[in-house]
Amino acid sequence: MSLDLTLYNTPAVPLEADVLTPARLAGLSVLETAKLTVVHGNQAAELGEFFRVAGTAGGEVRLTGDLSRVKLIGAGMADGRIVVQGSAGMHLGAGMTGGEIVVEGDAGDWVGPEMTGGRIVIKGSAGHMVGSAYRGSPVGVRGGEIVVFGNAGNEIGSGMRRGLIAIGGDCGDFAGVNLLAGTIVVLGHLGWRPGAGMHRGTIVSMHPAEMLPTFTLACTYRPVFLRLYLAHLRRLGLPIDDGQMRGAYQRWCGDAIELKRGEVLLLLA
Amino acid sequence: MHINGTEIVETFAEAFAMWGTRVLITAETADWARAAAQSMTGFATSIIGCKCEAGIEAELPGPETPDGRPGVSVLLFSTSAEGLGKRLVERVGQCVMTCPTTACYSGLPAEETVIVGGQLRYFGDKYQISKLLAGRRLWRVPVMDGEFLVDDRFGIQPAVGGGNILILSRDQLAGLRAAEAAVAAMRGTPGAILPFPGGVVRSGSKPKSRYKFLFASTNDAYCPTLRSVTPETQVMAEAGCVLEIVIDGLDLAAVETAMRRGIHAAAGAGALQISAGNYGGGLGQYRIELYPLLEGAEAGV
Repeated sequence: MSLDLTLYNTPAVPLEADVLTPARLAGLSVLETAKLTVVHGNQAAELGEFFRVAGTAGGEVRLTGDLSRVKLIGAGMADGRIVVQGSAGMHLGAGMTGGEIVVEGDAGDWVGPEMTGGRIVIKGSAGHMVGSAYRGSPVGVRGGEIVVFGNAGNEIGSGMRRGLIAIGGDCGDFAGVNLLAGTIVVLGHLGWRPGAGMHRGTIVSMHPAEMLPTFTLACTYRPVFLRLYLAHLRRLGLPIDDGQMRGAYQRWCGDAIELKRGEVLLLLA
Repeated sequence: MHINGTEIVETFAEAFAMWGTRVLITAETADWARAAAQSMTGFATSIIGCKCEAGIEAELPGPETPDGRPGVSVLLFSTSAEGLGKRLVERVGQCVMTCPTTACYSGLPAEETVIVGGQLRYFGDKYQISKLLAGRRLWRVPVMDGEFLVDDRFGIQPAVGGGNILILSRDQLAGLRAAEAAVAAMRGTPGAILPFPGGVVRSGSKPKSRYKFLFASTNDAYCPTLRSVTPETQVMAEAGCVLEIVIDGLDLAAVETAMRRGIHAAAGAGALQISAGNYGGGLGQYRIELYPLLEGAEAGV
């Protein structure tokens, strides 16, 4: 049993729809759901002006259409499941504490900022700042998982303290900038300056990367813990091959301008 | 009751409430995983003198272990949850962490847990790294061949210790044949281990002594050399050797399954008589009656 919302009126400007969470929609009739307030640009509007509503909320909400201008889907959600059959806009799952969001298409910038639990899966690509701290905030993601099957933009995992971010493709610059802890796995290429300012935590890439001069090569080894992470990601559907599971990785330690307790692991070809 | 000509004594095995855990050890090769497991289960035959009882439950192929490497599952038992936690820290720290390429995981999903990796992490001298994956905290302790990976907490659960069978045979060679057949049949029972050397114990004990400083002493009732000396003798006239197989299990069903398999195997291997050790039922929390255990059960079940 799911509640189905189909976008029939594509918003001309961003639509802020933080009401789109399983808990907020639970127990509402179709009419009550359609009357929920959203913000269209700088104007209050009703959800029903944009979405056709059907079904009953039973823990799962299905959103259909090109929602790339719909912001804050699943923001603050604690449980249940949201499936976006299409693309999702910015701030998807912002501050979520539990539950799962699955986006069949792409997602905009700021996927899961400062989330503390739950899982976000993007089958397509995501924008910048995936799993990052908001500007001015010293700490970003504190838990949960974000899995992007495609590419991601700059500054993924900025300020992350705990959690897992996995990118199936390439990512932009400054991956794991100011990382406090947690794990970032990029199956593709890292952009410029990975791990800049990182204190602790792990950044993994399956390709060579140009490291900052404040990182030093410790050794090449086969990290057993990584096998558990990669096995977990394989179960989630990411294409992890045996060479990545069993391979040897360079261990770069940094950032020396901070604690130098962080690590960047780069798979040797 | 007779099975394959072997008399089964109408008696019961007296077993005890314990706490148990399952430890998964992996390594780059099966040999190194086995080396760690053998070390960890060494000197763990009897709670009386070793503070814990342990044994290898099974060897695991890579696909069945958390990190995909070959592994061994070990069961460890002690009389209290606190004691089990201490023994785990000691043995994982001294026998697994020390062994090249190994990693060590909790193999028992359980509500009750004890901290193991969370204690051993201090060996990392602040260079250790914590990882939290899907609610499971692991510790990466830097060691000279790379890292030792260990679960923060290990699951423990109430368990059963001291299930047993006694195999009475004409002489030592016949006794060994029957006991070896029983051990072969009992090993591999999920959730059960045989903690004694080769799975067999020849120095069965009773929980008392004529010496004040000793709380356990030889089970004279089953010593063939004392058959004409001790009034409590249970050794039949034709028997010159008694061997015991002790079973610890994560639950009663595992102990019973192992006992059933062992009795059928020993009977088929020419034991004169099979009995079980008990203390009159006044000590243990479990009575495993041999006849109900065997009645209606197929060999190997």
